[in-house]
Order: sequence, then C-alpha cells, then structure tokens
Amino acid sequence: MTATSQAAAADHSHRFHTIVTTVENKPGVLARVAGLFARRGFNIESLAVAPTADERFSRITFTVDVASSSLEQVVKQLDKLINVVEISELSPTESVERELMLVTVDVAGGRRHELLELVDDFRAYVLDANQSQMMLSLAARPGRLDEFEEHLRGFGIVQLQRTGRVALPSLDS
Amino acid sequence: MDMNGGQALVKALECEGVEVVFGLPGGAILPVYDPIIESTIRHILVRHEQGAGHMAEGYAHATGRPGVAMITSGPGATNGVTPLCDAYMDSIPLVCITGQVPYAAIGTDAFQECDTTGITMAVTKHNFLVTEAQDIPRIIHEAFHIATTGRPGPVLVDIPKDIVDPRNPRSAMTWYEPTDDIMELPGYRPATAGDPELVRAAAELICKAERPVLYAGGGILKARAAAELLALAELIDVPVVTTLMARGCFPDSHELCLGMPGMHGNYTAVTAMQSSDLLIALGARFDDRVTGRLDGFAPDAKVIHVDIDAAELGKVRNPDVAIRGDCKLVIAELVEALKACGGLEAQPDRRAWRSQISGWQERHPLVYEQSEPGELLKPQYVLEVLRDSTPDDTIVTSGVGQHQMWASQYWRFDHPYTWINSGGLGTMGFSVPAAIGAKVGMPDRMVWAVDGDGCFQMTAQELVTASMERIPIKVALFNNAYLGMVRQWQEMFYEERYSEVYLSHEIPDYVKWAEAMGCVALRVEAPEEVAPAINKANEIDDRPVVLEFRSAAEENVYPMVPAGQSNSDIVVDPSQR
Repeated sequence: MTATSQAAAADHSHRFHTIVTTVENKPGVLARVAGLFARRGFNIESLAVAPTADERFSRITFTVDVASSSLEQVVKQLDKLINVVEISELSPTESVERELMLVTVDVAGGRRHELLELVDDFRAYVLDANQSQMMLSLAARPGRLDEFEEHLRGFGIVQLQRTGRVALPSLDS
Repeated sequence: MDMNGGQALVKALECEGVEVVFGLPGGAILPVYDPIIESTIRHILVRHEQGAGHMAEGYAHATGRPGVAMITSGPGATNGVTPLCDAYMDSIPLVCITGQVPYAAIGTDAFQECDTTGITMAVTKHNFLVTEAQDIPRIIHEAFHIATTGRPGPVLVDIPKDIVDPRNPRSAMTWYEPTDDIMELPGYRPATAGDPELVRAAAELICKAERPVLYAGGGILKARAAAELLALAELIDVPVVTTLMARGCFPDSHELCLGMPGMHGNYTAVTAMQSSDLLIALGARFDDRVTGRLDGFAPDAKVIHVDIDAAELGKVRNPDVAIRGDCKLVIAELVEALKACGGLEAQPDRRAWRSQISGWQERHPLVYEQSEPGELLKPQYVLEVLRDSTPDDTIVTSGVGQHQMWASQYWRFDHPYTWINSGGLGTMGFSVPAAIGAKVGMPDRMVWAVDGDGCFQMTAQELVTASMERIPIKVALFNNAYLGMVRQWQEMFYEERYSEVYLSHEIPDYVKWAEAMGCVALRVEAPEEVAPAINKANEIDDRPVVLEFRSAAEENVYPMVPAGQSNSDIVVDPSQR
C-alpha cells in the first residue's frame, strides 16, 4: 500500500459510517430515511433493505460518507421519524459485515484457468459460463469484495452488481 | 356499526374533540363534505387553502388544541404546503386532511392529482396516505396523537376519494372506537421527565453561576410551562429573556424580564446573553436570529439546554448539560433540585450582575422620535397607543417584517398565548388568517392583527371569510408603501439602492378594499386620530375592522445585529450612539 492509499484508507474509516435501523415495513419509509440524507447533500454509499424475522419490521443498513458531527445530527433526526423504531451505528470492530457481489468477467483471452484459481482463492462461486464470459458470485467482507474486484479488472469486468453491506453486532460486543 | 369512510372520518374528528375545521371543498374531498352537514363540527369556509392552514395555526396557538384544516387534492394540497411548513418550523399542532384521487388512479397524472405525501414529507412531523376505509379511525387518532405530543407539529392525512365515497364499495367500513390501545406506532416514544442526575448537574451549575440568564423559547409555551418558569426565575432571582416565539411566556412587566433577544431584540436582552456565564436554555433552539454569528455568541457562557427534542441538543451550540424532556416537568424537577441545594440562599451574590443589567436598561431603552405635525405616523407610536387602548389579555397576531419586530418590541405581553406570529419560516401574510383562527378559538378575547402593507396584500381575501362568518377581528395595517424590512436592508447594506421594494401608499385603496370585503375601515394619518380610531374599532363587535395607518417609510427597526455579525456588534438607535 502506498502512503497515499494508506491515508485514503484512514480517511475512509473516519468518514464512512454504517448505520443500522429497524423500521416499520410500510410503503414510503425508505423515502423518508433517504430524504433526510438527500436534504443535506449526503451521499448514501451503500444500502440494503429487507424484512426482519418479524415481518412487521424491516432492517435498513446503510453506509454514509459524512463527518461524525453531522452524522450525529442526522441520526437524531432519523430517530425522530415516526416509522423508525430503532437506530444504531455499528463500529467495524464490533460488528460482522457482509456483502454479496455478482460479476460477469471476460475470459475470451484464454485466461479461464487463471480466473478459476482466483475464484478458489477467494472462495467465490461460478454461477454461469459460456465461451467468452463467466458469471461469479462472492459473499464476503466489503473490503474483500474490493480486493476481488481489483483482481478481476485485469480480466475485464463486463457487468458488476453489489448488494450493499448488511451487518449485525458481534456476539461479544 | 357499518358506515362509509367519509362518515367515519367526520365521526373520528368528532371523537378527537374537534369543534372547528377550516377548509375549502373540491373534487377529491367532496364526499367528506356531505357528512359535515350533519356534524357538530363548525366548518369555516376559507377563500384560499393557505388561509385554512394559517387559521388552524392561529387557533392552535391561541387555544392549545390542535388546529384542523381540510382541503382538496392537487392545487388545494399544494396551497397548504406553506402553512404546513410554517407549523413545522414553529412546532404548532395541526392536522391537515387532504383529498386525493381514487387509490387506483394514484400515479396516473389524474386530474388534480399531486404526490401530496411526497411533497409534504419534509414539512410535516409525519404524514399518512390512507389506503383502506377501515383504517380511518385509527389513523386519525394516530395523527392527533403525533401532532399534539412530544414536540408538537403538523400531521397530514391524505385520503383517496374512493374510500370516502359512499357510491364506491371500497368506502364500506365497520366503525370502532379510536382509542390509544389501537394505535400502531412502535417507533414513537415522546420524551417526558428529565434524567434526575442531569437535573442535579444543572442545579449545581446554576448555584455556581455569577451572571446567569434564563433563555426561554417557544417550547415553554408548547409545554404550557409558564407557571413553572415563573417559579424557577423567582426562586433563583435570575433574569429572563423571551424569544420571538416565547413572548408572553414570562410577563414583560415582571422586574426579572429583559424582553426579546436577537437580531432586533432590545439592547439589554442581547447584551445580557453576550455577557452571561450561564445560559439556561429552556425550549429554545439557538436560532440564527437569536445567536447572531455563532462563534461570537455568548463566548463565556456555559449552557444548560432543556428540550423535548433530542435533535435540538447540540445542534447549534454544544451544551454543558443537555436534558431531554418536557419543559414543564424538567423545570419542576429543577425547582425541586434547586430547593434541595438551598434555594435562593445557595445562590451566589449577584448584585453586581443585576446592577450591570439595570445600567444597560437605563442607557439603552427602546426609543423613537414622535412625528412632527404633517409627517406620516410613527408605527412605534401607533403600537404604543394600541397597546394602551386594548385589554391586557388582547391576542396580537403579526405578519413578517418591520411591523412584526415593532409589535414584539413595543407590546407588553403579560399573559401566555397572547402573541401569535410566524417565527421560524417568516411567512408574510400570516397575520390576518392567524387572527381569524385565534378569534374562532377564543371568541371572548379581543384579537388584533398587526400587519404590513406587503403582508396584507398576500392573504387579505380571508377578511371575506371573517365577514361572512362574523368573526370580528381587528386589523392594524401599517401602510408605509414599502416592503419595509427589505427596504431597511437595502438602505443599510446596499448603499440605499432600492430595488423592487416600493408598493405605493395609494394603490390599492385599503379602505375601499376592506369595505368591499365587508369590513369597517378607517384611514388614520395624524397622531391625534390614532386613539379615537382604535377606540372606535374596539367598540365594533359584529364585523371585522381595518385601520389603515399611513406610516413613515424611512423608519428603521433598532436595535439591529446585522446578519452574519456578532451580537456584540449590536447597532443601537442613532440617538443612543
């Protein structure tokens, strides 16, 4: 890692925050949550929404790029939304984060074998393949997905979709 | 009992104790207007939906009960956005019912369709799109609960036409009693009492402070905590400033009252806060119009901040003690904690602070020069005469601008809920409809709308509503032929380059206009005519009255903290410089 990229990584951890909210599973709730960020010009980097074990509620996990002081204000305002039941910030050291990536890679250049080695190394899966392309999936830490993506660039990424991270607190945190 | 959604809606409003609805019917809300005929609810037919919203605000502010507006879809709803935002900024409990196109037509660009819940999401405490007639009683109850508890605010309920139209099978429902236990609000937990440890910490800070100031905001009125504030101030003998939203929450004639702080606050209120070593902020939000340039605001003060809304704590100024809670309960707790610490005897000797404050009061009272014969009226003089010619408990509403600042400065508010204005949003045109709403809610009280000529032209048509409904408000209209506050800024900060601020003394002819709307109207041009005109207006109780005061355009509001400057750079009246 170069000095610049280390600094960038440090900045990354400082500014990126993972917020987990339990909300009522109702129409329009995501728009209310997203609206609070949009109004301030904050970008949502990653977003994952799905019902919880209790289908009356959904969990929204999102990562935002914002200074801590502004974040505190937004979190308080999110908490004021009537449909938001619970809200917490997850620190990376006290939580488990996972993200899923689907990616189609160009293998026309005869590097199929090399790609399959990479798939093994990362414990990814091959979901589909033809003469010229392979579709892979990887579920892992978001950082691990970044690394995988970096390696795949050498092959040629045709299409890529990430789900956005989901997270739960670590058991002993 | 089987009924249709429209009947259920009206019955649900009756169950909430609604006595009056301000509204205007239209296509999508039509089915609800049929059961209104049989209802006990009084409906006031406005001339513009914005008027309905501001009337509901005036009603809510004066009575403490939620105001209700009912308007149709599309343009009706968009006309209601300004009062919703106004109520949101000033924490006014409001329930706004909007018609919507039939559920199946939503999203098809149907006639008079707009995305009402989408548009109002950012200007309401919460909003609902009701999709089933069966949900109406529960959602109406939830709407009133949310509007009136915690930090109050506007709630909008959007009702598609099909679920209230008796000719549509989707409107069929079975009535049930809307009670608290049927509410489904798992994420709504309004704050109540304060954390006792934090209250003790606050009491300890107070017992050490040499130059404390009680900074009372609109939250005192929302919490109905005026009596608690008085008890606290008297117990520790600490001066009180009352913000624009809090005027009247502490009596102006009380010796501890310093009046209004902020951009056009009086010198003593502003300077006492600047020099303070402890600000006790109660239901106040450190608005930019109060703090001036933030890094220069009350630089030596520690801060105790009490607010029911956690998002206010630390939003602008980091507090030393932050207490989330209802002001009424927290102040009562604080009084007990201070008594336990020894009450007044435990307070430091603050004679030096008190004498410093009285020095400022003596050197920098509010001043203006009376007009010379033949000159136009001084608005400050008119307001003093109006104040002295009306009962103590008169309700005063105001628009936004110079007249608003003078009214707040020169009135003597000795009772809570006697001052109603648009503080946060600064909505021109607020005064006349707000006065109508206040008078409907408090029919035995005298209600005066103080207004400017710019504001009056925005919502004056509601005087037709007042005439038709026999709501005898009185309007003191200051006609200085200008958008006065903007003119003042152009004079002071744009080298007297007056751009698009001239309105005219003569057009419109306010007397003829007011008479055309069914009001009694008088034009007043000389100081000796002021008191007789007001006395005549006070005697009229069967229709609205408009007094047009021809006033001096060059009169500026002082003191003034220019925008973006520190409160220490307060500009006083030229005669005191």
